[in-house]
Amino acid sequence: MDILITGTVLGGTYALIALGLTLQYGVARIMNLANGENLVLACFCAFWLQAAAAINPIQALFLVVPAAFVLNWLIYAIVLTPLVRRATHRGQLEVDSILVTFGLMFILQGVMLLIFGGAYFSYNFLAEPVRILGQNYGLNRIVALGAAVAMFILLYGFLYRTRYGTALRAVAVDPAAAGLVAIDVPRMSAFAFALGGALTAAGGVLLSTYYTFNSAMGVIFTMKALIIVIMGGVGDVRGAVLAALLLALAETAVASLVDPGLTLAATYGLFILVLLFRPQGIFGRQAT
Amino acid sequence: MKRRTILKTIAASVIAGGLLGTPAFAEGVIKLGASAPKTGPLAGGSTVTYWPAIQLWINDVNSRGGIDVGGNKMKVELVEYDDKSANEEAIKNIQRLGTVDKVDFIIPPYGTGINLATAPLINKLGYPHIAVTAVTDGLEEFVKRWPNSFWTLGTSKAFAESLVGLLTKMRDSGAINDKVAVVNVADAFGIELANAAKPAFKAAGFDIVYETSYPLQQQDFAPIVSAAQNAAPDSFIAFSYPADTFGMTKQATIAGLPVKAYYVGVATAFPAFAGANGPAAEGVLGAGGINADASAIKDFMARHQQVAGQAPDYWASAVQYASLEVLEQAITAAGSLDKAAVIDKIKTGSFKTIMGDWKFENNIITKFWTVGQWQDGVFRGVASTGLGGEVQPIVKKGWK
Amino acid sequence: MTQMRSQEWWTLAVAAIGLAVAAAIPLYDDGYYLSLSVNIAIYVVLCTAWTIFSGPTHYISLATAAFFGIGQYTVGLGIESYPFAVLVATAGVIAAALAIVVGMATLRLSGVYFVIFTLGLAELVRQVVTWLQTNFTNAVGLYVFTDFGEKHVLWMLLALAAVIYATGWLINRSRLGFAMRIIGNDETVARHVGINVAWSKVVLFAVSGAFIGIAGAILAPRYAYIEPPSAFNPVLSFQVVIMALLGGTSRLWGPLLGVIPFTILFDFISAHFPNHTSLLIGFAFVAIVYALPRGVIGLVDDLRRPQAGAEKARTSAEATQ
Repeated sequence: MDILITGTVLGGTYALIALGLTLQYGVARIMNLANGENLVLACFCAFWLQAAAAINPIQALFLVVPAAFVLNWLIYAIVLTPLVRRATHRGQLEVDSILVTFGLMFILQGVMLLIFGGAYFSYNFLAEPVRILGQNYGLNRIVALGAAVAMFILLYGFLYRTRYGTALRAVAVDPAAAGLVAIDVPRMSAFAFALGGALTAAGGVLLSTYYTFNSAMGVIFTMKALIIVIMGGVGDVRGAVLAALLLALAETAVASLVDPGLTLAATYGLFILVLLFRPQGIFGRQAT
Repeated sequence: MKRRTILKTIAASVIAGGLLGTPAFAEGVIKLGASAPKTGPLAGGSTVTYWPAIQLWINDVNSRGGIDVGGNKMKVELVEYDDKSANEEAIKNIQRLGTVDKVDFIIPPYGTGINLATAPLINKLGYPHIAVTAVTDGLEEFVKRWPNSFWTLGTSKAFAESLVGLLTKMRDSGAINDKVAVVNVADAFGIELANAAKPAFKAAGFDIVYETSYPLQQQDFAPIVSAAQNAAPDSFIAFSYPADTFGMTKQATIAGLPVKAYYVGVATAFPAFAGANGPAAEGVLGAGGINADASAIKDFMARHQQVAGQAPDYWASAVQYASLEVLEQAITAAGSLDKAAVIDKIKTGSFKTIMGDWKFENNIITKFWTVGQWQDGVFRGVASTGLGGEVQPIVKKGWK
Repeated sequence: MTQMRSQEWWTLAVAAIGLAVAAAIPLYDDGYYLSLSVNIAIYVVLCTAWTIFSGPTHYISLATAAFFGIGQYTVGLGIESYPFAVLVATAGVIAAALAIVVGMATLRLSGVYFVIFTLGLAELVRQVVTWLQTNFTNAVGLYVFTDFGEKHVLWMLLALAAVIYATGWLINRSRLGFAMRIIGNDETVARHVGINVAWSKVVLFAVSGAFIGIAGAILAPRYAYIEPPSAFNPVLSFQVVIMALLGGTSRLWGPLLGVIPFTILFDFISAHFPNHTSLLIGFAFVAIVYALPRGVIGLVDDLRRPQAGAEKARTSAEATQ
């Protein structure tokens, strides 16, 4: 039973990591290798605000998230738009975006290294235990789970119940066709990229309350996010959340019942299974 | 054709810079080379233990006018490279230091794996190799293979057996029972420690009620901590690496793991550990330790904070500094910068360092700290292989 | 098989001279520049082997680290008991076997799933190897002590590179290469013409994987101590992709053009700016991506356009015969 709860709480963490990339890759078609660095940068910002200005992470969300939105919009507008414009087909944009975001990853890492160095940082916030069904769980992790659920609900409402959101989903399905129905595709893509970046930053702020981080950890988060996004069906937030949950439950189950040393084997086993039976991902569309 | 011109210019300047661009050094200066992680997974450790200690030592030496070499005082200058926590990069850097920069001496890298990977090369280049942050078994074989190598921080076996000895004493005094949980990170050091510790526990009459290994970069420890809790031991031992040391402790704090002895491996000795865990750190055991009352150590810590702008760790920082003191004194004893002569002096000489009087036995320092414990905000040494100055261990009382 | 055209004799001559020059490096330097050459050789071998598969299929494989690590571990585990040459060959076979298994499971899916799976493959293999070693042999690092020096490693890598180029060239001229060209143009057409698309991709993936495994095996003696995090280092996979894409994957010698400048640039920056390496590499990278949209090959093609046009006309004329 506690596997279920632990797994669900972990699923909240994973969802936070992956939601942002789903939008960036699914709608804006940018395979953002710097996604993890974005997250870690947000961790550092939260840490710094807490240490230098005694602003707690929940308050920090209101500062960091809009800042991340603006930063990512700028990144899309300045760095990525020229690539989008010159890409003759989707494959080339993917290749170019991989290369450029790889460079961005180094730049962001370099900036963090310069400011914070390579040491490990950690701080405590809401670290009180919460007793659920006989086991203790960190309040900060429960809050992260709650935030993930809230973000998902808001995002879902936005994407499926508003015109703007529907336009975004249209771009995710087929940018060319979306352009034909008078959707401003470049603007939508920029918006999706920025929103994705803001979501990732929110995730970073919340994660920093219970993870130990340093400037070099971005890659780990990026890899995890990529797996979840692909498994869930590219571009679909419902899929991403479900995949995050499944992954977390599988990992926790294997770690508790089998051997913590085989969690990755479980992850990839699950990934392969999902893809073999549903090649487009859990919620994805069949490739035409 | 503008692109072509740009490309040509870049190519030309790169080649020119790469082939000709080695900095010029003043005469009468000792050139030291250091290649260690500034980025990558090991950077978290090297930023605390390695680079600042070197910075402090160079500052100390130069403010005294330099190292005495056959009557002349020569100042020290450092060439530094980032090995990105990768063996391949480290090998390349050492090559560069030896054959392009032609440094007088090399400060060995940070980390067991990288020290081992670069040892053959440092041996071939003829430099003394005073390894610090390399804890592994089989040191005698390494010394035979690489007679220019010196090992200062101990062996995994000694660390594990010393810990078992400490816990045996605590059990015999009635402070803890004979049930232990042993977990380890599935990487060289963690595995070596676990493999040495488990038989030692059994031989000392302990009952291992829970054991498992977990992969590197694991971030979620809830399953492990709760499984250990269910087995209800009095002692919880985790042979862990920096990131998991922090993560495991946080989880244990949340879960309120009711143990009377709690040990985590590498990075327990970092000042950041106390910072991150606050009152929960009290009574936590870990690898390493120092004699916090020794005046040389107190002085070292104060100066480290002053010169390097950060506190040293409570374990390998001091040994790193001591290894450089050995180098300085060996150079002075040899009266020259001749590498072979200096190696000989290190082998045979006696040295006064902040870690006490050092004399290498078969190129190995046999007296080192093995277990430390956080007591009142200081990570004091509670067990060693004969150093003296150990304090009594305390029983862990909760996590608040 | 058609006769070799004069253009191909010319390429062969240039390649032979290049190899001879590279092989002579140890005679002039046995220190830093030899090491740098070995590093360049490693990436040339890895990137070209990668391109054998990813060039024609346009699938980005991040499995390089998995195959490489398998090569390293094969030698690491067997060096005490078996001759080196046998171990190298075995490494190739094991890597190829893994490639076939992975390929059959994932190559029927669309590209991006393949990318993600191969990304995790190295991590998966690393975890499994670590788990096996921890629970069955009680040690995780392996010592590889041999008498091979840097120059032997360089020569072995150059020999491997020659074999890879020869294999790639033979594949291009064979039915498999012809099939890949059709698949590259239009997969549906290829299937309708009766080409077994999935099997073709798997074969290429196996060949590519085998070479990468052999490279890993050759390099085991260089590091003396093999442990899973460095043998199965995922960053290696990314670097291989980046350098190959930078050089351009439309030709087999494209990666060569990417590896050499990138390695030298990387080396220059890390030697002169040890504290700002990440930042500068990032900027340099972004600048290069803007300046070279189709990789260095694209630049070369632009410069040779008049000749390339005639070349293309001749090739298409031949293909329709």
